[in-house]
Amino acid sequence: MKIMAVHVNKTLCKGCGLCMTVCPKNVYEITSETNRKGFNVVAAVRESDCIKCRRCEVTCPDMALWIED
Amino acid sequence: MSAPELHVGGNPLLKYMRQEKLPHFFCPGCGCGQVITAFLKAAESLNLDPGTMVGIGGVGCTARIPVYIDMDCLHGVHGRTLAWATGIKLHKPDTKVVVFAGDGDALSIGGNHFIHAARRNLDVTFIVVNNFNFAMTGGQVAPMTPDGSVTMTTPYGSSEPPFDMCALAATAGATYVARTLTSNPAQMTSFLKNALDHKGFSVVEILSQCPTHFGRYALGTGSPKALVDWIKERSIPAAAAEKKPEEAVGKYLLGEFVNIERPVFRGSTVYPAAGEEGKK
Ligand SMILES: Cc1ncc(C[n+]2csc(CCOP(=O)(O)OP(=O)(O)O)c2C)c(N)n1
Ligand code: SF4
Ligand code: SF4
Ligand code: SF4
Ligand SMILES: [Mg+2]
Repeated sequence: MKIMAVHVNKTLCKGCGLCMTVCPKNVYEITSETNRKGFNVVAAVRESDCIKCRRCEVTCPDMALWIED
Repeated sequence: MSAPELHVGGNPLLKYMRQEKLPHFFCPGCGCGQVITAFLKAAESLNLDPGTMVGIGGVGCTARIPVYIDMDCLHGVHGRTLAWATGIKLHKPDTKVVVFAGDGDALSIGGNHFIHAARRNLDVTFIVVNNFNFAMTGGQVAPMTPDGSVTMTTPYGSSEPPFDMCALAATAGATYVARTLTSNPAQMTSFLKNALDHKGFSVVEILSQCPTHFGRYALGTGSPKALVDWIKERSIPAAAAEKKPEEAVGKYLLGEFVNIERPVFRGSTVYPAAGEEGKK
């Protein structure tokens, strides 16, 4: 079973792309899915590559990300 | 695992936020949200509950930061944050008071309050989000807009030198002074921690991206990344600048510049303690 570690809160994400610029493992992609505010949200499409460095979590201006221990 | 009420499975810092107000109003990629994260991490590392503090914002994008944090909050008088802070500290000296000010709020309309708070060593943490412009009103030139920048009101490029607010704070008497930037969350958190832990006027300037206005006018792009990189390229750690001064020309120095102790402001007229009347 796959262990979920990278959580994206789609309600809070604004699709700014800053998480993508700091992730050393290229885990995220902007998707075509839009949230209630009309922003294209990111998804952790390569979640299994995550090394849990948490750079994305401290960089996201919207507290939309959470890396589970 | 304790889950925050409204955003189940979310970032643990959400427990310090007024979640019913989220998502906040900041534009995608704005540095203001990153300052909130660093501030909450700094407070948490000192075991300080933001709920016990007073957060003050004037008017501006930056000024809305304390509105989103679950703390006692005063918001809405442009440039007068430090006047409010002074009143609170005189009435309740033990209350932790934190001001979130934009570069305009702090150095333009609020410039005089700033130098006198520094002179008096008012025991307040003053966090200045320097996004190089009056953002909320549409991107006008401000006292820390870099010389030559195109803004809404300087279509041919500004032609006036900006303040170095850290040098100004130090000269005016602030007892903790530091400069950092949003692309270094660890440094931002560590300086905010030291500022919150400091007794006296602690000033942290945070170079921050306003992609919507400063980015579009000055760089010709609203890309958050482009502006983050632009700020990085124009900054250098103070220690590196000392070793290679030629690489520091025209750049923002990053680091802690002042960290000293001196008596804090308690009011110019202080009631004498019982039995001390008439003594000087
Ligand atoms: C007394 C007064 N003067 C002017 C304004 C208009 N005003 C609102 S926000 C602002 C400047 C905001 O710039 P800054 O403090 O740098 O905050 P930012 O929005 O860039 O974070 C101004 C001039 C006001 N609200 N009140
Ligand atoms: S940094 Fe945050 S808001 Fe921006 S795209 Fe990533 S998850 Fe979304
Ligand atoms: S924790 Fe590090 S590796 Fe994992 S998604 Fe975030 S930035 Fe990428
Ligand atoms: S206008 Fe600029 S400073 Fe204000 S929220 Fe948008 S990006 Fe941030
Ligand atoms: Mg500003």
